[in-house]
Amino acid sequence: MIYADNAATTKTSRTAIAAMLPYFNTVYGNPSSLYAFGQQAKEALEDARTRIAACLGCDAREITFTSGGSEADNQALLSAAAIGARKGKKHIVSTAFEHHAVLHTLRKLKTQGFDVTLLDVPENGLLSPRQVADAIRDDTCLVSVMYANNEIGTVQPIREIGAVCREKGVLFHTDAVQAVGHIPVDLRSDNIDLLSLSAHKFHGPRGVGVLAARRGVPLTSLIEGGAQERGKRAGTENLPAIMGMAAALGEAVRDLDANARKLRVLRDALIEGLSAVPHSILNGDPERRLPGNVHFCFEGVEGESLLLLLDDKGVCASSGSACTSGSLDPSHVLLAIGRPHEIAHGSLRLTLDAENTMEDVQQIIIAVREVVAYLRAMSPVWRDLMSGKQKFILE
Amino acid sequence: MALYSEKVMDHFRNPRNVGVIEDADGVGEVGNAKCGDIMKIYLKIDDGIITDVKFETFGCGSAIASSSMATEMIKGRPIADALSLTNKAVAEALDGLPAHKIHCSVLAEEAIKRALQDYYDRNGIEYDKTLFPDCGSCEHCMV
Repeated sequence: MIYADNAATTKTSRTAIAAMLPYFNTVYGNPSSLYAFGQQAKEALEDARTRIAACLGCDAREITFTSGGSEADNQALLSAAAIGARKGKKHIVSTAFEHHAVLHTLRKLKTQGFDVTLLDVPENGLLSPRQVADAIRDDTCLVSVMYANNEIGTVQPIREIGAVCREKGVLFHTDAVQAVGHIPVDLRSDNIDLLSLSAHKFHGPRGVGVLAARRGVPLTSLIEGGAQERGKRAGTENLPAIMGMAAALGEAVRDLDANARKLRVLRDALIEGLSAVPHSILNGDPERRLPGNVHFCFEGVEGESLLLLLDDKGVCASSGSACTSGSLDPSHVLLAIGRPHEIAHGSLRLTLDAENTMEDVQQIIIAVREVVAYLRAMSPVWRDLMSGKQKFILE
Repeated sequence: MALYSEKVMDHFRNPRNVGVIEDADGVGEVGNAKCGDIMKIYLKIDDGIITDVKFETFGCGSAIASSSMATEMIKGRPIADALSLTNKAVAEALDGLPAHKIHCSVLAEEAIKRALQDYYDRNGIEYDKTLFPDCGSCEHCMV
């Protein structure tokens, strides 16, 4: 099996598992307990916090543990909205291709009287800081732009967007779930006020993440019932998962340059191989993209059949087709960058990690070429395109 | 639990009756590329019997499997049998479809009816128009 869906989730690393194990049945005390056994757990918790903060270029006190990226996104947006509302500022700027954890939270805020501007994304998926600057109004309380897109892998000019927000005195949140552990992320130098991350995207365990909030940005608690996380997130801390996350992040950051160098070579070989498929297109910017992300649309085929047949050939991948989402509309990300429905249905995302090899890449290329050709051969759409009855959308 | 039944996967992996009949007596196409699936059915009809049937489908796994199963169910059968083929029968023959994939079997039923309608029109045969689908008003493809 070739696992090429690392943007969905990753294999938990040996380092992370080893780091977690003692906290299940050796150091299993509750960090809130007063006795020494509990305080030993508390020390481990705070040590993990310090190590994670060091990886993100912030202070340990700025780290709040959450159940993952979605919770962190929810809490970041609702906190910033509460701060804004107290000052009478109820306008939020974001983009049309954010993760649903952001988009659906914004939809909820709209029902609470917030005005939301979703910026259009150009075809290459790269926002300009200028677009953000132009959208900020006197009553804007928050700008939220994802660090790297989960589908097309585009890496945004976060530092510059952060600088714009800083200059205008507006809070800046970034959903960095796909970025952290894969490309350099630094709260201070990137001018970030609020940042969300999820451990299982960088070989940590599932069910744990972080909301990093710059000092002086008060968080609103989503879960009441205890004083954990300085009263910002009730519930007994998931210490084994937190220890696993700290270990995985430490390892990912330590190996970041080496992994990224290796992945870029694999990624570019895969992009080159798939570009040879006629009437296909790479989605997202070829340069400013995550080191392991490859995302294509193939005209005349449908994404779900593509995935099922790739699965038969031992390749695990993902698609933004409507059929894989259970709705009639294909990926909002592909629609946001201007791909028509017909093209967006035929999408394929392959996300590599450092365990993949050049041999995997060659096998994926062969498998995709075969499957695309096979599906096109039975596609009435393809017949109409080839006979000239319909015009090709993709050259 | 897999996404699809073994039967669906069998008909998806090894679809029966894929292709085109150049001198078809009736052709029916339903769906549109915008909503992610198109089915095209070609019929060869001799003396009221469907002597050959082929299909082309752009769509998900269950769309391809539904086309394959539906064509198997009408091949060699009288027109009356093909006309009375329901999407439910196609879905049942596939050992069931997930709830959000039932529309794929609907498309198969409608593509066959559309092809029979085309056969009637070509041959000037009178028929009850209410028996045939009006794809323009079907909710599925309203994008």
